[in-house]
Amino acid sequence: MHLAYTDKQKAFRAEVRSWLARNVPKAPLASYDTREGFEQHREWERRLFESRLSMVMWPEHLGGRGCDLIEWLIFEEEYYAAGAPMRVNQNGQLLLGPTLMEFGTEAQKQRFLPRMAASDDMWAQGWSEPNAGSDMAAITSKATLSEDGSHYILNGQKTWSTRAIFADWVFGLFRSEAGSTRHHGLSYLLAPLDAPGVTIRPIIALNGKQAFAEIFFDDVKVPVDNRIGEEGQGWHVAMATAGFERGLLLRSPARFQATARKLVALYQANRASADRDPSIRDAVCEAWMGAEAYALSAYHTVGRLAKGARIGAEASTNKIVWSELDLKMHETAMRILGARGELLAEAPDAGTDAAGWLDGFLFAQAGPIYAGTNEIQRNIIAERMLGLPKS
Amino acid sequence: MDFTFNDDQLSFREAMSRFLMTEAPPEMLREIWETDPGRSPELRGKLAAQGLTALSVPEDCGGLGMDDVAWSLMTQELGYYAIPDSLADTAYVSAGLVAALPAGRAGREEVLGRIAAGSVRIAIGHPVNPLVADAATADLLLLPHGDEVHLVPRALVDVTPNPSIDLSRRLASLAWEPSSATRIAADEAGRRLWAQALDRGTLSVAGQLLGLAQRMLDLTVDYAAQRKQFGKPIGSFQAVKHHLADVATRIEFAKPVLYRAAHALAHGGADAPVHASHAKLVCGEAAWLAARHGIQVHGAMGYTWEVDLQMFMKRTWALDASWGDRGFHKSRVAESILAEGAAIGPGHTFEVQA
Repeated sequence: MHLAYTDKQKAFRAEVRSWLARNVPKAPLASYDTREGFEQHREWERRLFESRLSMVMWPEHLGGRGCDLIEWLIFEEEYYAAGAPMRVNQNGQLLLGPTLMEFGTEAQKQRFLPRMAASDDMWAQGWSEPNAGSDMAAITSKATLSEDGSHYILNGQKTWSTRAIFADWVFGLFRSEAGSTRHHGLSYLLAPLDAPGVTIRPIIALNGKQAFAEIFFDDVKVPVDNRIGEEGQGWHVAMATAGFERGLLLRSPARFQATARKLVALYQANRASADRDPSIRDAVCEAWMGAEAYALSAYHTVGRLAKGARIGAEASTNKIVWSELDLKMHETAMRILGARGELLAEAPDAGTDAAGWLDGFLFAQAGPIYAGTNEIQRNIIAERMLGLPKS
Repeated sequence: MDFTFNDDQLSFREAMSRFLMTEAPPEMLREIWETDPGRSPELRGKLAAQGLTALSVPEDCGGLGMDDVAWSLMTQELGYYAIPDSLADTAYVSAGLVAALPAGRAGREEVLGRIAAGSVRIAIGHPVNPLVADAATADLLLLPHGDEVHLVPRALVDVTPNPSIDLSRRLASLAWEPSSATRIAADEAGRRLWAQALDRGTLSVAGQLLGLAQRMLDLTVDYAAQRKQFGKPIGSFQAVKHHLADVATRIEFAKPVLYRAAHALAHGGADAPVHASHAKLVCGEAAWLAARHGIQVHGAMGYTWEVDLQMFMKRTWALDASWGDRGFHKSRVAESILAEGAAIGPGHTFEVQA
């Protein structure tokens, strides 16, 4: 146990901090759930990429800068502390990216990863279907291999695909073996969203924006080169991605530490009214401790990964912790804001911070649902960590 | 930056676990409960033979010179096996206090040598604890008089037992007269010693609570896998699974908080007191939840004297408020993060100011 940063790590922190101070937009970007905001965020991603800061832990030849996971944690701490924009392409960069690194051919990596790092391609996720949500193995969308074996024909419907209406590509699971059931016979495929036969219909989220979409596939042709991993091995490939999503990468601790800091500041600024409810001070304190614990767990996990450990079912504990922490912090903020909490950004009396908390509060409602509901995560913990029998 | 244990530390823990599993099974703990002193000289002798009394005594006084990080592992094992012994009070908290005295003061080297050899039990009357644990069986007591620290022979102290629901806890109120003969530190030096003892006591209890949480979870998982209702193991029902998944999650996220506190204490970090309080709070909450869900899943069996779960629940309930109750520790954390200019920005997760 050695808990000091090296000179190289300190220098990296200083470099990132300085770059962010010079480059983070002074005014917040429009919501990335709108066309305008989506493109603003893509521009921001390109600036990050030009300085090799979009995917710091990817190898240099694939658009990154070859950082280790400690440097990645440092980058994330500085990124969120600087109030930099949300990462619009993280479904691609943090879900598909690591999957390509592990299962992709060299040609696939070269073809997709640098463009993903630059956000030249924006990615949507195609896993859930109307009847395959928590029960993801119930997928029915089909991939039929052409007679000459050169491509698949996709048919079916995907849903809850985040920002798919604005995206360029989709990655997802399709049933490639006729008559197969459950997690057998699935393949992991990549499809361009401008291909003939693709129809995207936005779903309006409770924030009133086109935050996700349904994707319909009608005889969509996809070359076999767009398959990741072996045919029929899609479930295995996707589960690796699910681990990444629930685990560290998608929800780095820095984001929640930054929220906890903002919550402390919000409480300090509204102390006179907040202290009328004595439980608020305790909730602020608990939020801080929770975010610290999540960060400490990340450092512990990163250290174990560096020594060759694999993240198993404990990724499910991560998902429960960050999603419930995030919700709790935003609930506490709403309680501190009181009657101002409901006001939209354009409301004259909203003040400077109320709308940001409201946006975060709404999004936090989704945390315990997406990426596998927290009920499913608790089942996974009970069965795979604790060894309890399946129901 | 490496926030993991090395192989030596992990195998030390493994060896301690195997040793305590054999030497202190629940049946034996129940036998020790029935004895008048509630302590077993045989068990203490075996702990000493393993070198555990010498763990953090400096090497030049015959000890192993291990630090708080080793105790963050050791105390978890003491909790896991609910060891009815004041080992940590003597060999960790008291050894740390005595070792921090100037060379030659109050027979420092001799006391440390006796701790290492396992020939002395020391009880600590820290001001944060209203009663003193293990005073009756102690040979020496470290007692406060204002900021002063006194090292008092047992014969000079009147001890009135205060029975606890946890039969392994032996608490007492004391009557004694401070004198210059027993005073070993005063003023700023005394305050510093009491503060360090508080942080170590806090860490010690935090580690024990985490070990208790893990034991109650393990016992309950075993029970849920065996006990059948409606023709199935009750552990196959989601309501039961989710209770236990929540306990497992609390435990996983309490561990690194405990380890950061231990490291901060070992390196004299300025934030060590706050980190220790944070650790005690989360370890206490994990243990408290493990007890609540543990008895719920055990059903009526969990409410019996016969089933071992009770031993670990009672230890949890008792230890949770020792070395500072939750209000005490939460106030320390709150005052730190809500202070003007608190250092809570990026890069402050590990504050090491040696």
